[in-house]
Amino acid sequence: MANDPISQFKIQTLFPIEVGGMDFSFTNSSLFMVATVAAASAFLIFSTSGRGLVPSRVQSVSEMAYEFVAGMLRSSAGTEGMRFFPLVFSLFMFVLVANLFGMFPYFFTVTSHIIVTFALAMLVFLTVTIYGIMKHGTKFFHLFAPSGVPPVLLLIVAPIEVVSFLSRPISLSVRLFANMLAGHITLKVFAGFIVSMSAAGGVGIVGAILPLSMTVAITALEFLVSFLQAYVFTVLTCMYLNDALHPSH
Amino acid sequence: MSGSSQNGNSDDLDKGASEADLSERRNLLNRKLEGQRKAEEAERAAKKSDNSGYAQAMKLSSEFISGVVVGGGLGWFVDQWFGTKPFGLIVFLLIGFAAGVLNVMRAAGRIAEPGQRYKRESSDDGGSN
Repeated sequence: MANDPISQFKIQTLFPIEVGGMDFSFTNSSLFMVATVAAASAFLIFSTSGRGLVPSRVQSVSEMAYEFVAGMLRSSAGTEGMRFFPLVFSLFMFVLVANLFGMFPYFFTVTSHIIVTFALAMLVFLTVTIYGIMKHGTKFFHLFAPSGVPPVLLLIVAPIEVVSFLSRPISLSVRLFANMLAGHITLKVFAGFIVSMSAAGGVGIVGAILPLSMTVAITALEFLVSFLQAYVFTVLTCMYLNDALHPSH
Repeated sequence: MSGSSQNGNSDDLDKGASEADLSERRNLLNRKLEGQRKAEEAERAAKKSDNSGYAQAMKLSSEFISGVVVGGGLGWFVDQWFGTKPFGLIVFLLIGFAAGVLNVMRAAGRIAEPGQRYKRESSDDGGSN
């Protein structure tokens, strides 16, 4: 494996597929997306297959995941938000499993590419917008015109609110992507220090203990970040869905 | 909140009230708001003590950058479509900047979310924190 920290994010074509002049090749990114979905589904199907009233250990893990996401959705979007539960739970599991997959050595981190996270964020954004307009019609646009603002100021406030609304998918996707990218680069850089320092021999090997301990610490931090970012992504999804359900409060 | 109702009352005060009286009222209100804000912050800090500074930095910077990027992108498209070469970009970048600041303040909890917002005096907000 190359020693520069960026090469781990390189997309490699596994099976070239071309339809109508467009590149639909099956890449290492696609492979890990399939693996992520397969692993998440397999785990959930396997763990819930027992259907014990007293849950076994694996069953209680998936029940915890359910309770966690359901509680989050219910507290921020109310009970009618539960109709979006399949979407939110799928997003949470996909992001979480993809992040955790990235922690395996030599694995590809799907969520370290902005196009992937942006697609997920756009899914949320379009769901919120389309559902909000379908359910509330023009009342959905009260989101951009806060009550109690004088009409003159509305000329300034409304465009700002619109841009703020449009910037949501970007901030949502950039946050997840940047965290994963930065974390993996840092990890790789510190791990690279160990190799190059110990290659110097003698003092270098003793000195290499420092980046080694750093790498261990960052690995632990990265596991935390993987979970935290999946959580943040889901929480914000719930908050945005709440806007679609109750635009004016 | 109590702050907004007091703000509303001070508008229709009779003009005869002396300067000293008004400034005293304002100081009182400022102190009240300051105490309230401190309490809110302490509560928030207790709730999210596990949230590292790194995560906070990521969150706030992405919020701000996304606002400016969307503003700039919109301005560019407006220029392309309507041929208003520099003005679309100028206006929408400014709006995007404002939206970015709004995003950051919402994310940091300094401003309420769209639903439950209220007016707040911004006399000496900028310097603190």
